[in-house]
Amino acid sequence: MSTQNTHRLLVIGNGMVGHKFLEALQNKTHNMEVTVLCEEPRLAYDRVHLTSYFDQPRPDLAMGRIEDYQAWGIRVVMEKATHIDREQKTVHTATRALKYDTLVLATGSYPFVPPIQGKDAEGCFVYRTIEDLDAIHAYAQTSKEGVVIGGGLLGLEAAGALKALGIKTHVVEFAPRLMPVQVDEQGGKLLKKKIENMGIAVHTSTATQSIDLDGNKVKGLTFADGKSIEAQMVIFSAGIRPRDELARASGLEVGERGGITINEACQTSDPSVYAIGECALYKGRIYGLVAPGYTMARVVADQLTGGSSEFTGADMSTKLKLLGVDVGSFGDAFAQTSGSEEMFFTDPLKGTYKKLVLSADGKKVLGGVLVGDCSDYSNLHSLFSNAMDIPGGPEHLLVPAPAGGGTQVKATLPMTATVCSCENVSKGSICEAVVGGAQDIPSIKKCTRAGTGCGGCVPMVTDILKEQLLLLGQEVNNNICEHFDYSRQELFDVIRIKEYRTFGEVLEKHGHGMGCEICKPAVASILASLYNEYILKQEHAPLQDTNDRFLANMQKDGTYSVVPRVAGGEITPEKLIVLGEVARKYNLYCKITGGQRIDLLGARQEHLPEIWADLIAAGFESGHAYGKSLRTVKTCVGETWCRYGVQDSTTLGIKLEERYKGLRSPHKLKGGVSGCTRECAEAQGKDFGIIATEKGWNLYVAGNGGMKPKHALLLAADLDEATLVKYLDRFLMFYIRTADRLQRTSVWLEKLEGGMDYLKKVVVEDALGIGAELEAAMEKHVGTYHCEWKETLGNPEKMKHFSHFINTDESDDNVVMIEERGQIRPAFDFEKADLLPMISGD
Amino acid sequence: MTQTLTREATWVQICTLNDIVLHAGVAAKVNGKQIAIFRVEENLLYAISNFDPFTRANVLSRGIIGTRGDVYKVASPLLKHSFNLQTGEYLDDPSVTIPTYEVRVEDGKVWVRA
Repeated sequence: MSTQNTHRLLVIGNGMVGHKFLEALQNKTHNMEVTVLCEEPRLAYDRVHLTSYFDQPRPDLAMGRIEDYQAWGIRVVMEKATHIDREQKTVHTATRALKYDTLVLATGSYPFVPPIQGKDAEGCFVYRTIEDLDAIHAYAQTSKEGVVIGGGLLGLEAAGALKALGIKTHVVEFAPRLMPVQVDEQGGKLLKKKIENMGIAVHTSTATQSIDLDGNKVKGLTFADGKSIEAQMVIFSAGIRPRDELARASGLEVGERGGITINEACQTSDPSVYAIGECALYKGRIYGLVAPGYTMARVVADQLTGGSSEFTGADMSTKLKLLGVDVGSFGDAFAQTSGSEEMFFTDPLKGTYKKLVLSADGKKVLGGVLVGDCSDYSNLHSLFSNAMDIPGGPEHLLVPAPAGGGTQVKATLPMTATVCSCENVSKGSICEAVVGGAQDIPSIKKCTRAGTGCGGCVPMVTDILKEQLLLLGQEVNNNICEHFDYSRQELFDVIRIKEYRTFGEVLEKHGHGMGCEICKPAVASILASLYNEYILKQEHAPLQDTNDRFLANMQKDGTYSVVPRVAGGEITPEKLIVLGEVARKYNLYCKITGGQRIDLLGARQEHLPEIWADLIAAGFESGHAYGKSLRTVKTCVGETWCRYGVQDSTTLGIKLEERYKGLRSPHKLKGGVSGCTRECAEAQGKDFGIIATEKGWNLYVAGNGGMKPKHALLLAADLDEATLVKYLDRFLMFYIRTADRLQRTSVWLEKLEGGMDYLKKVVVEDALGIGAELEAAMEKHVGTYHCEWKETLGNPEKMKHFSHFINTDESDDNVVMIEERGQIRPAFDFEKADLLPMISGD
Repeated sequence: MTQTLTREATWVQICTLNDIVLHAGVAAKVNGKQIAIFRVEENLLYAISNFDPFTRANVLSRGIIGTRGDVYKVASPLLKHSFNLQTGEYLDDPSVTIPTYEVRVEDGKVWVRA
């Protein structure tokens, strides 16, 4: 398709920055023929998250896809450039010569390996490409100890990876602290301590003298102070050097210590050649971060398509989670601005350190360091990057705000403020996207690309989203309803701590108005979870949703269904016969439910007490099918009958159903117990599911059916029964206390910060130290269980409320049944019209 | 075929005040009509039709009462449509209105005119 008018654009290098450049260029290349040279055996991938390559399942790090490149009309040549001929405007590879009108160098950098004796031995690696990681992984299989030389960002990443491979790991850093470029002395100390606590040996202020060899294989390291350690592997992570050899050989201007010199347009000394990313040197500086590289990529894409944007340096701020430790550094982290002042806050108990560098007048944030807790990072970073005045005193930025009050910093961010520096997205564009309909984080990411780079800005984007939704008049707070300025969890804590016993008290002290159908049942449920009082007590009854109010499930025509408990689905012939007799007596429709119980439908309100009197006389009790509470624990027949079963699932299911029956919760709860891995009880589709193993029980939690089915996740394996019950007690109570109103366990877990790992910490490791309290709360529930129907039948005052009318014994004449397949069903409206006289309104 | 059973509205004594739990409702049959009576405050009652026009079932007396802003309302127990207890207006679309009835308390007795 090449014509004489076509502009030939050649890109050397397909790393993250090279890819970003092509992406930024797409749809603008009307008259361009674009070719990219890629020397690695794959297209661009996410090098920032390289360490996750060792995770299981292995993530897809690919950024550039050949289909995308084809769609963008880009030709990919998987070859290494060997020579640039600027006279002829030609780039050579081993097999061909490619002509260009414009050349973009995105050659990146290579890892620096210090000139240490033994550095080329077998067992020495660098940490840069997927090939490097494959080689490290393979060699680690035969190694016991490993050393990472370099305690910077990437070095610590590499150490984490080695550790994860099961190798005793050392980090050797020449500087007196870890991450010397980003973190100050105090922060470095704390970081060192945290990393040592993970079992990684840290050697700071240490210079490596030589790598000791056994033949040509690494066997240890000797330091300048004479000490030595054993190790079979060494990973060099001592910094990067720009790959400028092609540029250098072609006569382009390079810096004294390397790097291709560029101007504000990212042009090299030859105006038809550009350089971007880690190979480029701007004002004497190499930017070893992805965000500045992306900025350069966008600048060049813009320049080449008629724009005039410029690169004028970039922010070297970083925020990352290194081996689980939050580390953040931004702006003038070392207080080099004249007159600047520093402020510190350390919490030795929590292991956090925060430093702010302030302007001489104390009004602006110039930089800072955060270790152990980066939750304020995006807030502080935007104060710095937008040169905003600090609202309130700067001390509020360091010391956590008291509960309830927070700093108002976020709301004052100007529209022009850059929120996502990786993708260069302003607050204004995010707001625009929200107005345009992108009203959740995934849509905003898709629409603006904010948050798709390092992800550090996502909390800020979330705040802006909330702020914008508020401006649009949409409900975004998590207040339960207009009557309480609290979430369900906050209400739960308030009620628990203040020991309120009635809705009236809670409303008087903490609410407004009279309440409604949202807060009343929610508070009723909280009170029931905490005190397990009879729910139809005078002060509780008007709070209950109709099902709880009449202890039965209201159906579409105002009649009810009755579901007695059949624990574990096990039922005697005598009881089956009673159910049949009751159904026949009151003309009820019978259906086996999905939860192994029998549903009797079509019961008129005024018949409920009589029906239950018959059921209770036969030994049944309430099944709580009406409540947001434990419904059933489904079981299979297990080892008792099944030829595959390895444990007695029916007995366990019955025990658990008996234990948790009547437990009120934010949403209905179901359980399941399977006697073997064939899973006939479908336990993994339940809020808690238990599957027998040869060694005990595997406990799965937070699954559900419903609108969005979700498989339960493994919480703990091979448990004995006592431990299983202990974990279940903790899990259920923790959910009850912290979930939102009508939030299923699956959604709750999705929203739980830290997810399953955190849940395991709380439930299995008892990291919060609340295990005993949760167990005690469950014990209290078990000890105070009562059958609500039995209690109601014993109370003549309560029975009065079941009559349909207060002033006559008549029935609701609008309830009409039709026979179908030998049983009743409610009549549809069109059927009723012919059957009964309509009662007019006024 | 439908047949209309409209009778002239008269005051009818229904029950005692204490038959209605505070902050809850009861259903009554008055001159052939199903009426929901709510005890909103100690001595403040409202009466509306018991028929939920959205689900076509006589269930409103079993709804939870409360407020939206300054308005006393009941939420239908079936699909939670909320009705203004004073005017019978459906709160999310004033074009739907259900009948309201006069109600008074005398000597501890509840009377409704329907």
